[in-house]
Amino acid sequence: MLEINNLHVKLQDEDKAILKGLSLSVEAGSVHAIMGPNGSGKSTLSYVLAGRDGYEVTDGTATLDGESLLDMEPEERAAHGLFLAFQYPVEIPGVGNMTFLRTAVNAQRKARGEAELSSGEFLKVIRAKAKDLKIDAEMLKRPVNVGFSGGEKKRNEILQMAMLEPRMCILDETDSGLDVDAMKLVAEGVNALRSEGRAFLVITHYQRLLDHIKPDVVHIMANGRIVKTGGPELALEVEENGYADILAEVQA
Amino acid sequence: MSAVASPRAARRAARQQATAERLATLTLPAAPAWLKPAREAAMARVAELTLPDRRDEYWSYTNPEKLISAEVRPAEVFKITDEPPMYQGIDRLKIVFVDGVFSAADSDPLAGEGLEITRLADSADIHWAKDLYGTLEAAGQSPVPRPLAALNSALATDGVLIRATGKVKRPVSLIYRRAGRDSAVTLHHVVKLEKGAELTLLENGPVAARASMVIEAEVGEGAALHHVRTMGRDHERKAVTHVFARVAEKATLKSFSLSMNGRLMRNEVMVWLAGKDGTAHVAGAALGEGVFHHDDTVFVAHQAPGCESRQVFKKVLRDGAVGVFQGKILVEQPAQLTDGYQLSQSLLMDERCQFLAKPELEIYADDVKCSHGSTSGEISADHLFYLRARGVPEEEAKLLLVLAFLAEALDEIDDEDIANDMRLRLRRWLERHSH
Ligand SMILES: Nc1ncnc2c1ncn2[C@@H]1O[C@H](COP(=O)(O)OP(=O)(O)O)[C@@H](O)[C@H]1O
Ligand SMILES: [Mg+2]
Repeated sequence: MLEINNLHVKLQDEDKAILKGLSLSVEAGSVHAIMGPNGSGKSTLSYVLAGRDGYEVTDGTATLDGESLLDMEPEERAAHGLFLAFQYPVEIPGVGNMTFLRTAVNAQRKARGEAELSSGEFLKVIRAKAKDLKIDAEMLKRPVNVGFSGGEKKRNEILQMAMLEPRMCILDETDSGLDVDAMKLVAEGVNALRSEGRAFLVITHYQRLLDHIKPDVVHIMANGRIVKTGGPELALEVEENGYADILAEVQA
Repeated sequence: MSAVASPRAARRAARQQATAERLATLTLPAAPAWLKPAREAAMARVAELTLPDRRDEYWSYTNPEKLISAEVRPAEVFKITDEPPMYQGIDRLKIVFVDGVFSAADSDPLAGEGLEITRLADSADIHWAKDLYGTLEAAGQSPVPRPLAALNSALATDGVLIRATGKVKRPVSLIYRRAGRDSAVTLHHVVKLEKGAELTLLENGPVAARASMVIEAEVGEGAALHHVRTMGRDHERKAVTHVFARVAEKATLKSFSLSMNGRLMRNEVMVWLAGKDGTAHVAGAALGEGVFHHDDTVFVAHQAPGCESRQVFKKVLRDGAVGVFQGKILVEQPAQLTDGYQLSQSLLMDERCQFLAKPELEIYADDVKCSHGSTSGEISADHLFYLRARGVPEEEAKLLLVLAFLAEALDEIDDEDIANDMRLRLRRWLERHSH
């Protein structure tokens, strides 16, 4: 589903390479995890895939179901089914959460040639999904993420994902800053979406999220590259010994 | 005594000369007898204050020249054909002015429950407005002179005198239309709310190529005046407006203005919170591009304890448009427990736009809470990316963010139907001007 091949990315305004030949292949129906030390380029990868400005792709490709992501505007990538749960969701004063989500859902439907949801239909769906994530109606009325706690912001990301029903979901450290209960809610939200036609790329530092969202494949990322790929046991190894051993082994 | 005049005196003499020359070209319009002394006094004030020029500190961001010089009649009246009429579906008392002249044929009967309305030009000789016309304007000449308001008091050809004695349900809606007979129009409205009265006053429509408008409002004890003005889409518009409002104990004034397009606008508001526990909210949204120059100059004087005031002004500027905000909160010594808030912000859609702001606080009481902030900036790239990453197309995302930027000003309109009509105008403007 998601194919990344030899991706090289530098900062647009600086001569600083961040991704240095990253390759990755995520099949439909699977969950892949990426772990790696701070600064290894995990968020950069997610931003480049989602289409954020400020980066320059100097080499390589990234495709979603065979279509090149890198040539698309961010909204086109979203309409093609790509979703990024941000590591740091922004607060947007003055834009109501509901208005925002309805606009987003309907914009995507429109882009895909589907009928837009009426406000009644939309309300029904969002209420049910918000309830599952223990997001109360009051939060939905507030401006996007304004005054939300760290955990509420992350749950709001998952709510957006549930509403938009993307096919390729990238979660960038959605577990950071969550207490155990909130993490369970988030994991349940993700697991509820797991299906044959959908894939996940879960970026995390910690094994604990992966206890709840069982990955099929675990990648270790360092210095802008995937340096090791394995099964769930790789995450346990990181949990026990940190990255040092793995990195030393790779460099050896 | 020196024989040589000081530079200052020489400058004053030159200004008096220029003012005298300009005034000599003007004639006081016919007026009911009760109005004559007020007009003559106003004319004398203009001569004394002299007309403003660019060197005045109060006019350092906006050149008053085009608001003063004789107006050339435009070849063509700008016709707006694609804008649905405002306030459709809102029950209101309509009062129509065509080229600045009251049109009885187009207006509703000037009557309503708890209302006394008279046209300025043919008001009866013994009139309650006698004590008000020109009075608040004259009081508003200090601490800063506002000679264009005095000039308006002298020259106004029409307007309405509105007295509310109770809670008036239907808004009074002043509608301006242009037929193109006149290129410069001077209107002067006087509004008086008796104790406990309530009134919503709406103004909309193109007045003239050049308009001068003054509202003097006396808001009595416990009374509430809501004023909403829209100026929109007549691209050649030059306008100078003044609202003078004196707010009594426990009374409320809310004045909102929406301005779109036009060339040159100077909107001045002067409010005296004269009785304790009064409220004054003055807000505005302005959207313009290119030659658009929009100036909000606001002065709120807290004279009594326990009053609350807010100034919220937002501007969206494109293609080199210029926005100006001069806002002052003055807290006089007796005005303890004042709660004053002032915010002026501009969204600059490109680098050629300018926002010039001069926020001021002057406080002589010790137990007060006052805050002010003034910023200008672009749409946040992070906000834009977040919306786009969720699938919202760029133009729609920008529109949402601009509306979000304006929201705090719009929130100052209490009536939801009126506020929604404003949102519609804003949205339409933004859609027309996105490129
Ligand atoms: N916009 C940026 N400006 C400057 N440095 C950046 C920017 N984006 C990323 N970097 C740098 O690139 C490296 C990778 O960052 P990031 O992708 O956030 O890593 P991770 O998410 O793995 O912690 C870091 O050294 C970071 O400082
Ligand atoms: Mg990161």
